[in-house]
Amino acid sequence: MGRADGHPAATVPLLANFQRLVRYRALIRSLVARDLKARYRGTVFGFAWSFVNPLLYLLVYSFVFTVVMPGARPADLQPYAAFLFCGILPWTWFSSSLLEASNALVAGGNLIRKVLFPAEVLPIVSVLSGLANFCFGLPILVAFLVYNQVPIVPGDLLWLPAIVAVQLLLTIGLALLASALTVHFRDLRDLLQNLLMLWFFATPILYPISAVPVRFRWILELNPFTQLAVAYQETLFRGGAFTEWERVAAVGVVSIVIFAVGYAVFDRLRDSLPEEV
Amino acid sequence: MNAIEARDVSKVYRAHGRSRFTTLKSAFLSPRGQRGGSPEARFQALKGVTFDVAAGRSVGVVGRNGSGKSTLLKMMAGIGRPTSGTVRVNGRLSALIELGAGFHPEISGRENVLINGMMLGLTRRQVERRFDEIVTFAEMEAFIDAPVKTYSSGMQARLGFAVAVHIEPDVLLVDEVLAVGDESFSHKCLDRFAELRRQGRTIVLVTHALDLVTRHCHEALWLDKGQLRAQGDPQRVIDAYLTDVAKEENVALAASDAASRSDVEAGGTQRLPANMFEASEGRWGSREVEIVGCDVVDAEGQPTHVIESGAGMTVRLRVHAAGPVGDVVFGVGIFRTDGVCCYGSNTLIEGAPPGEVAGSGEVAFHVPRLDLLEGTYKLDVAAHRQNGVPYDYHRLMYTLRVTSAIKDSGVFRPAHRWTFGGGVRISGL
Repeated sequence: MGRADGHPAATVPLLANFQRLVRYRALIRSLVARDLKARYRGTVFGFAWSFVNPLLYLLVYSFVFTVVMPGARPADLQPYAAFLFCGILPWTWFSSSLLEASNALVAGGNLIRKVLFPAEVLPIVSVLSGLANFCFGLPILVAFLVYNQVPIVPGDLLWLPAIVAVQLLLTIGLALLASALTVHFRDLRDLLQNLLMLWFFATPILYPISAVPVRFRWILELNPFTQLAVAYQETLFRGGAFTEWERVAAVGVVSIVIFAVGYAVFDRLRDSLPEEV
Repeated sequence: MNAIEARDVSKVYRAHGRSRFTTLKSAFLSPRGQRGGSPEARFQALKGVTFDVAAGRSVGVVGRNGSGKSTLLKMMAGIGRPTSGTVRVNGRLSALIELGAGFHPEISGRENVLINGMMLGLTRRQVERRFDEIVTFAEMEAFIDAPVKTYSSGMQARLGFAVAVHIEPDVLLVDEVLAVGDESFSHKCLDRFAELRRQGRTIVLVTHALDLVTRHCHEALWLDKGQLRAQGDPQRVIDAYLTDVAKEENVALAASDAASRSDVEAGGTQRLPANMFEASEGRWGSREVEIVGCDVVDAEGQPTHVIESGAGMTVRLRVHAAGPVGDVVFGVGIFRTDGVCCYGSNTLIEGAPPGEVAGSGEVAFHVPRLDLLEGTYKLDVAAHRQNGVPYDYHRLMYTLRVTSAIKDSGVFRPAHRWTFGGGVRISGL
């Protein structure tokens, strides 16, 4: 059996397909690089565009909550903009790559119909491009924190890669799910757009989780991104040792499950993709 | 060893639009491939196709449009899965279904070649090793660092072709993509195929260029309406296929001619063209002598619309005059569809004085060898006076298809043969 044939010899096709995906990692890397390069080629500001969206959020929300309604935010969040930034940067990665991934298969339809390669590469590339933009944003975030004299605990920063890894797993799982289903239900993309807006406000990004009344807090705790947002805020914004590793572990387990489900659904729908895109 | 084994492969597409699962639940609970669509809303692209391709053979797949050739190729390529049955491909596979599919317009040819090669299953290093060869083959040395959006479609196709044939596949699947670039490039493509064949690679070629199959393939597969009609020696399979196509054309031409004929046989209306000298098709004349029927018959005397070049043909007219009519000349003309007159004559030109028709009769124009080139021809038949005033003129009302295995050029084919002497060695004629 050759390596690029569509019919892996292994007894469990799902695992064989997954192994094949791992073999295609060099392609994924090149596609992410291409994505980043192509997106900003011919634009004046180039990569700077990827920061415009989070910066706008930052400006608008900090204006609203520090100038227009200063009483609406808890007093212990100083400076508020830095707190916001810690949540908005990962959220932007999450939401934009999910939206992009949901369209990835439809946009790459010609490829899927004409070339034999693992289609899951496309949504994964969307998520990884988002991760790259997130990583470019991190130094800016750190610089912003330093400028605002937010005390950064070096030990906390060690947690950051773990949190990012968990978010990556979660996002890829959801991206696989969204991309494969969007091929069959095109309106899923519009649904997702609205869902993400709702999700944003149901996540403690604009407000600290401590500000949520206890009887509603359980709803937020069910949201895996709550755990991630709190973990980011804990590592980057708040002083003191990192104590939220339970959250990270919990959301890590959830993310593994979501990834497995997402991949299984994608694999289940794989054969229908060339016909439906 | 077999490179490709197809067992009872069937593929059903939904004919009308995309599928809509009614609920997410049904999408996941219904069995694979069996969901959605009433039987009328389905299109069976392949029906129980079974064949083997031995390693190292090149196979041409022929068949009409919509006969399932491309679907079969996709099943072999693993793009989509058969509704039932299995396809096994042994070895590294490369499929040329669309050249340069997945090229990104904004980035350079160089990066696209790397990505395309990796998509087709090579590692980055393997592509890099073949890179110069690919670029040289595609004749793109000067442009390889320019973004692909600046390439012409021919350049993109050349680059795509170059990548695909440099994958060094064990099995190469090609879908009608040889018409790439100019003459010299398509020669290069054919050379490359010959080379791959010599190296013992398996090639499956879907094409309408039948001579490509006879010249470059060990065997041919003929697909007809999703079923395998024949597999074997290319010449024999293609002959059978062409005979079948001719039969079908005959039926189609008969249908289109039936209108003119029934019109004529029903007595006919006067269809006088506005300008006699630019007349396209029509019928006019006084009808004192009437042509009530016109048939083209083959050497066996069977009415037909398709004649093999070099075979016999007869144009048979049934004529009628109410009373005795004198001063009658009969004529026949053969025209190409672009209007060129291939041949025209009448009884007067050939030396017979005008004659007489009384009651019903028959006129036959016999051609023992119709040495016309392959193509579609239209017939003029007429009865008129010596001075040209028509009794009944049928202009370009009958269609004739001439078929030929030889794709020569010109207007007619003089009977000829080739001989060679001295140091010239050409065989096969």
